[in-house]
Amino acid sequence: MSEPTTNPMREPTTNPMREAIQEAIVENPVILFMKGNPDAPACGFSARTSAILQSLGQPFAAVDVLPDPRIRQELSALSNWPTIPQLFVNGELVGGCDIITEMYESGELAQTLGLEAQAPEQAPEVAAAQAPPLSIENRL
Amino acid sequence: MSAASDTATPEELKARIESGIPGSTAAVTGDGHHFNAIVAAPVFTGMSRIGQHRLVHDVFGEELGGRIHALSIQTRAE
Repeated sequence: MSEPTTNPMREPTTNPMREAIQEAIVENPVILFMKGNPDAPACGFSARTSAILQSLGQPFAAVDVLPDPRIRQELSALSNWPTIPQLFVNGELVGGCDIITEMYESGELAQTLGLEAQAPEQAPEVAAAQAPPLSIENRL
Repeated sequence: MSAASDTATPEELKARIESGIPGSTAAVTGDGHHFNAIVAAPVFTGMSRIGQHRLVHDVFGEELGGRIHALSIQTRAE
């Protein structure tokens, strides 16, 4: 529970970091919180998870949690999930590295992402027209 | 809980998972810092993977990322 402290200065009692994270999760249909970024992951688990998304041709937003320890604190408080990486699809936590790996191998991840109709080998033109993975690391 | 400051072992993790999740069986490997656990439990039936993993996380709480540096988890409903 949050503690609604009475503040005579009328300063906002909200949590800007948590709100920024929540907003990023809502605004980005596929968003990965990771250590490092997709081009330079700083942890094997983050590397594997972002590589899976890239191999599926799935554009995704990525947030590096390392620049500020509060990102990770607030993210885990919000998601009730202790570890990094964390993948959210349409606002819902799908999982960390273990779950994403398992879902990738079973084909469930492509389904969850709505990619089931695409043959991975075809390199669809649509994907080429889409933006590369968003980098919103400066927003948080 | 006793202050378990010593190095975690696969045997300890297995015992704690199996006592913390009713009816579960766990196969745990690891080197004292990085562990892998395969956990099967009837209570997982009908739960999302997220929910299943949270039950395992809850066994260790704050120790995850600390004393237990990394724990990979695979769950099976059985």
